[in-house]
Amino acid sequence: MSSLQTASETKIRPVPRHPSAEPRWLRWLLIGGALSFLALFLFVPLVAVFVNAFHKGWEAYWQAFLTPSTQSAICLTLLTAVIAVPLNLVFGVMAAWAIAKFDFRGKNLLLTLIDLPFSVSPVIAGLMFVLLFGRQGWFGAWLDEQEIKIIFAVPGIVLASVFVTFPFVARELIPLMQSQGRDEEEAATVLGASGWKTFWRVTLPNIKWGLVYGVILCNARAMGEFGAVSVVSGHISGLTNTMPLQIEILYNEYNFVAAFAVASLLAMLALVTLGIKTLVESQHASALRHKHPVQRPTS
Amino acid sequence: MIFRLKQRSVLPGFKLTLGYSLLYLSLVVLIPLSAVFLKSATNGWQHFWEAATAPRVLASYKLTFGMSLLAALVNSAFGLVVAWVLVRYHFPGKRIVDALVDLPFALPTAVAGISLAAVYSSHGWIGQILERVGIKVAFTPLGVWVALTFIGLPFVVRTVQPVIEDLNTDLEEAAASLGASRWQILWRVIFPILRPALQTGFALAFARALGEYGSVVFISGNMPMRTEISSLLIITKLEQYDYAGATAIAVVMLLVSFALLFLINWNQARSHRFL
Repeated sequence: MSSLQTASETKIRPVPRHPSAEPRWLRWLLIGGALSFLALFLFVPLVAVFVNAFHKGWEAYWQAFLTPSTQSAICLTLLTAVIAVPLNLVFGVMAAWAIAKFDFRGKNLLLTLIDLPFSVSPVIAGLMFVLLFGRQGWFGAWLDEQEIKIIFAVPGIVLASVFVTFPFVARELIPLMQSQGRDEEEAATVLGASGWKTFWRVTLPNIKWGLVYGVILCNARAMGEFGAVSVVSGHISGLTNTMPLQIEILYNEYNFVAAFAVASLLAMLALVTLGIKTLVESQHASALRHKHPVQRPTS
Repeated sequence: MIFRLKQRSVLPGFKLTLGYSLLYLSLVVLIPLSAVFLKSATNGWQHFWEAATAPRVLASYKLTFGMSLLAALVNSAFGLVVAWVLVRYHFPGKRIVDALVDLPFALPTAVAGISLAAVYSSHGWIGQILERVGIKVAFTPLGVWVALTFIGLPFVVRTVQPVIEDLNTDLEEAAASLGASRWQILWRVIFPILRPALQTGFALAFARALGEYGSVVFISGNMPMRTEISSLLIITKLEQYDYAGATAIAVVMLLVSFALLFLINWNQARSHRFL
């Protein structure tokens, strides 16, 4: 009996019910390992921001936002984002149109150049602008004569933010528009629509979720940039401090509750950004389909 | 002219959009970047070499590269596990966990920095537990590693995850029906498919860690020769108006980053050819 059983087993080996079935203990070990890793490096620090911010109650939390230097830091952060995001949005749309709708020599070179800011350390990004516009920089003497201040002033902060957020919108739109092809636009043009009308009525509805996605990521980075801005800001309280710089100052003054209160605001911005991102991804998966170009097997 | 249309098109706006893109790219990226290289060139080779290889600078490279490498390695191992778990298994709260993996992309580095410093300091939630077993994290090279691991965490997960999603289960079924054990399938069938994505994720995490500043400076303590990363040294030199010294370090870091970028693109192009 038993020999018969083993014989039949060797002939027809039982294929696991689901081929991706690791043993139960291994499955839970992997889930446990993954979650503890994420807890140590992500969840605990995230929770710590809010716990430290509310450490001394609502009153102390609220008090942190009443100081003029913190308020002006919030205003400057908003101003920076309001300038940097639209600039890079216009660039992103323009670059994506040129790259996705036309075949030209040098396209790969252009794509590589657009990605460059991602591989430049933020501190070096700040340094570049100091070398250009600082007092000893190339344009330093000339700017001094004109009495224009860029470094240690708001324009420098905006420039540094524009640089670090440069690729976000373009990177989101280029693969999306490439995957959508150019048939619809060509049809509209042949039927007599102007270029502007074609873009507005045909292209934009197709790319709007990719656009939203790129803009929120760009905005989060613009508001949260620290290294690049730190180099060019000069840390003049009430004038050239953005929220991340204000956090550093408060922290170094051992004003932990205020530092974490400002940090909690940026952490909430990050959570909202992730929320919108997840929503766009799940609701409009097909509109962002380029992310997974490989065909999935039908199950 | 490098950029020329290959084929006529009925669509309008080529000259305008390409022209604008190139102008904006030059103003924001290319001209400022070339300023760094020109500045270091005007200082002469001798000066560059001395500034780029001073003992304090060498110590900062060692720390930055070493800890970035270590962080990218740990992220590769755990990133692979996280991606696998997120695609293949079900557990409560999975969607939230999946969304939160991107947190290091979205959370400003200064926020991450003070939070990690608070959690891993000797009075912090995790720091005091580790201190009891004799491990000090804050103000040691280990602290630098913690920050760099945080900052590089999403890269491996997000490059490997789509590949696992697209894995054809037929392959696994075929291997299983031919008698392969689960370990053999994982190691001989699945891992080779994931390897290019894993390499890319590793390189991305490593490159990101090399240039990181904000999340590190709060937890590291910034002691010269011991816990001072290269990015911080650039800022220190700038504050002392040593522009040539700062630029020399920047050029070294930039060259390494560009080499990594090249390697990543090459690896991706190669793996796409085979898939």
